[in-house]
Amino acid sequence: MISLHEVSKSYSSGEGIFKAVESVSLTIREGSIHGIIGPSGAGKSTLLRMMNVLEPPDSGKVIVGGQDLTRLPESQLRVARRSMGMVFQQFHLLHNRTVSGNVAVPLELAGMSKRQRKERVEECLQFVGLQDKAKQYPARLSGGQKQRVAIARALAHRPAVLLCDEPTSSLDSVTTGEILNVLRHINETLGVTVVIVTHEMDVVKEICHEVSVVEQGRLTDGFALEERTARNVPRHKPSYRELLLGKAGVSDV
Amino acid sequence: MFDFSLMLEKFMDFRIQIAEAVGETFLMVGISVMAAILLGLPLGTMLYLTAKGQLRENATWSMILNGFVNIVRSFPFLLLVVFMIPFTRFLVGTAIGTIAASVPLAIVSIAIYARQVEQSLFEVPRGVVEAAQSMGASKLKIVYKFLYVEARSGLVLGLTTSTISFISYSTVMGVVGGGGVGDFAIRYGYQRFETELMAAVIVLMIVLVQLIQFTGSLISRWLDKR
Repeated sequence: MISLHEVSKSYSSGEGIFKAVESVSLTIREGSIHGIIGPSGAGKSTLLRMMNVLEPPDSGKVIVGGQDLTRLPESQLRVARRSMGMVFQQFHLLHNRTVSGNVAVPLELAGMSKRQRKERVEECLQFVGLQDKAKQYPARLSGGQKQRVAIARALAHRPAVLLCDEPTSSLDSVTTGEILNVLRHINETLGVTVVIVTHEMDVVKEICHEVSVVEQGRLTDGFALEERTARNVPRHKPSYRELLLGKAGVSDV
Repeated sequence: MFDFSLMLEKFMDFRIQIAEAVGETFLMVGISVMAAILLGLPLGTMLYLTAKGQLRENATWSMILNGFVNIVRSFPFLLLVVFMIPFTRFLVGTAIGTIAASVPLAIVSIAIYARQVEQSLFEVPRGVVEAAQSMGASKLKIVYKFLYVEARSGLVLGLTTSTISFISYSTVMGVVGGGGVGDFAIRYGYQRFETELMAAVIVLMIVLVQLIQFTGSLISRWLDKR
């Protein structure tokens, strides 16, 4: 699906050259949920941004759907990016547009007709369970709701991949669970490949099929987590008691 | 302090001249506001885009555009008016009159508003641009579907502040026969020792500026959904 070949990126700062990513090769399997974990400043976000060339690598190749994105001219790169939705830690919604206006933006960019747009926006909002908030402005939403709008926006153009940069890092633990359920649902029902950059161990444990460990700009480890299916994942919303004490906490009551 | 009934009386005596002066001010400021929107907005956008670390980072263009804006703004305005006479004559055929006076005023307006635009755009979080890029938006679309949308209340407030400066600048236009309220207040009020008339015109200008600021703030607040 996505493969990075020996990608490197360095920045020159005042005191010399900082190597953010150093010759990393990585393949994301189609249909998987792939976690990229590591401490802050390890280069995980840079790595993720290389996958849609928001961050052009200094060297190496970025192969998505059989084409090397680093060699594409800008106009074709823009088209290629439309098949890859992106979700951010700080949501990056347009605060001066309504929820449905935000979800419509990528469709407007693609030149979709107004009627089709309306239909697709409704579908996407329904998918993340926010159809009742369509006419509201993002300022009135909670963090979790904002992130769901951002996810609906990223899905609008029916992407094959969803790139998530710390999607739950500014959310509380319960909301994190909700967002992870949405991402898992997207992966299972729409077959969208999901790449998640995070520093939270629990996020990886909860939904990732495969994980890559990034430390100091290098890929230091990579392995598959035990096979997960929809069945062994708790579907109900866990209480704070459960989250803090585990299952034992529930039976204590 | 002032005899208000006398002020009103003087005001009524000169209402025709005052109306004419107000018309001239509106014409000069109106042309300037148009210039600010049509040319200042793109110029400010270019200042933003060519700055370091931005979408069209370009040190040469950044220097040229910043140089232009700084030079225009560092001129004492009266000297700019005089300095620009040849250009004004070339552009509108004469250097005297309200339309001719609008030329230097428009040039200053473009520079002033461009700076306000640049500042408003810098206030848009970087992430918005990144999100736009991730959606495959072209640079032009990033500007008007993302940056202008998020910066719109700042753009309106900036235009309000600028418009009030334009009114202030327009008051010296008597030197090239531009007329206007300021010129009227100086010639009829100050130079002919009609202090009450001058005060009445100042009150008129205060009301005018208040109205502009009130309207601008109202629109800006209405546009701001953040």
